[in-house]
Amino acid sequence: MIASLSLILLCQLIAEVVVRGLGLPMPGPVVGLLLLLLLLLARDRFAALARGPLQGDGVEGASRGLLAHLSLLFVPAGVGVVQELHLLAEHGIAILAILAVSVVITLLATVATFLAASRLLTRERETP
Amino acid sequence: MSDNPFSLWVYLSQSPLLWLTVTLLTYAVADAVSRATRRHALANPVLHSIWIIGAFLLLTKTSYTTYFGGAQFVHFLLGPATVALAVPLYENRKVVAAVILPMLVALVVGSVTAIVSVVVLAEAAGLPRTIILSLAPKSVTAGVAMGISESLHADPSLTAVAVVLTGIMGAIIVTPLMNRTGITDFRARGFAAGIAAHGIGTARAFQVDTVAGVFAGIGMSLNALVTSLLVPLAVTLLVR
Repeated sequence: MIASLSLILLCQLIAEVVVRGLGLPMPGPVVGLLLLLLLLLARDRFAALARGPLQGDGVEGASRGLLAHLSLLFVPAGVGVVQELHLLAEHGIAILAILAVSVVITLLATVATFLAASRLLTRERETP
Repeated sequence: MSDNPFSLWVYLSQSPLLWLTVTLLTYAVADAVSRATRRHALANPVLHSIWIIGAFLLLTKTSYTTYFGGAQFVHFLLGPATVALAVPLYENRKVVAAVILPMLVALVVGSVTAIVSVVVLAEAAGLPRTIILSLAPKSVTAGVAMGISESLHADPSLTAVAVVLTGIMGAIIVTPLMNRTGITDFRARGFAAGIAAHGIGTARAFQVDTVAGVFAGIGMSLNALVTSLLVPLAVTLLVR
C-alpha cells in the first residue's frame, strides 16, 4: 500500500520536475498519468519490472482506492465559494446561467462529435 | 477540562484537525444520502457538502484560509488522483484503442466548445473582463484551471468556484440529458462528461457505468492538456 502510493507520488514528482524544468505548458499530474501508464505497459513487456507495487494488484488497488472517492477531493476548492459571495451577489445569476448553458452545449457537442466520428470512421474501415 | 468552553473553540477552530474532520464527516453523510437515493443526480454529494460546510464557516465566522488549513490534505490528493487515472485507462486500453480517432476529434470539438461558449456568453452578458477570464478554463480540473487563471492574471479562487459549479451542474445534468436524447453509447456519454465536467463529471460517470467512468477520466485528462494550450489563444481572439 505504502509502496503503491509512493509510486503514484513519484510519477507526479518526476512529472512536475520535467514540466517545470522544461517549461512545458502542461499540467504536472497529466504528465504523471502518462508516466504511470507507460510504466504499466512496460511491465507487461519486461517481466523484470513486475516487482514491488507493480506486481499483484499493488498500484492498481491503490489507484482504485483514490478514484473511488474522486468527488470528495473537489469539496475544499468548492467551499472557496464563501470567498466569492460578493461577486456572486452582483453577478451570480448571470454566472450560473452562463455556466449551465455552456456545460449543456459542451456535453451535446462532444457526444454528437464522438458518435458521428465513430460512425464515419468505422464505415470507412468496413467499405474496402 | 478547559475552564472556558470558548477558549476550547478558539483552539480547535484554528487547528487542521477540526476542519479536516468536518470535511470528511460532511462528505460521508452527503455520500450516504446519495447512496440511499440510489445515486439520484440531485443528491450530488459535492453540492451538498459545499453548502453545508460553507454555511458552517459563515455561521462560525471562520475564514476560508483557516478552513483550508485542514482541508488542504484532501485538496492535495487531486494531483495523485489524476495520476491514478492511468490505471482504469490501462485496464481498458483495448476499448480505448478501438475508438482513439473519434475520441481525439470529439476532444478538440468539446474543448473548443467549452471555452468559446463560456467566453462568448459572458461577453454578451456584459460581465467584467476579470470574470470572463476567470470563467474561461472552467471545464478542466481545479488545479489546472487555477494555474491557467493565474497565468491570465485573472482570479484563481473565482476560477476554482466556477470549476466546481460547472462540475456539479454537468454531473447533475448529464444522465437525464443523455437519456432524453436517446444516447446509449456509454463511451460517448462518459467522454462528454469528462470533457464538460472534469473530475466531478468523471465521479458521476463511474457511478453510472464503469466504461463511462474510464472514458470520462480520459476526457478529463486530455482536456486538461488541450485547454491549457487553447485558453490563452481563445482569450486573445475573443475577449476585447
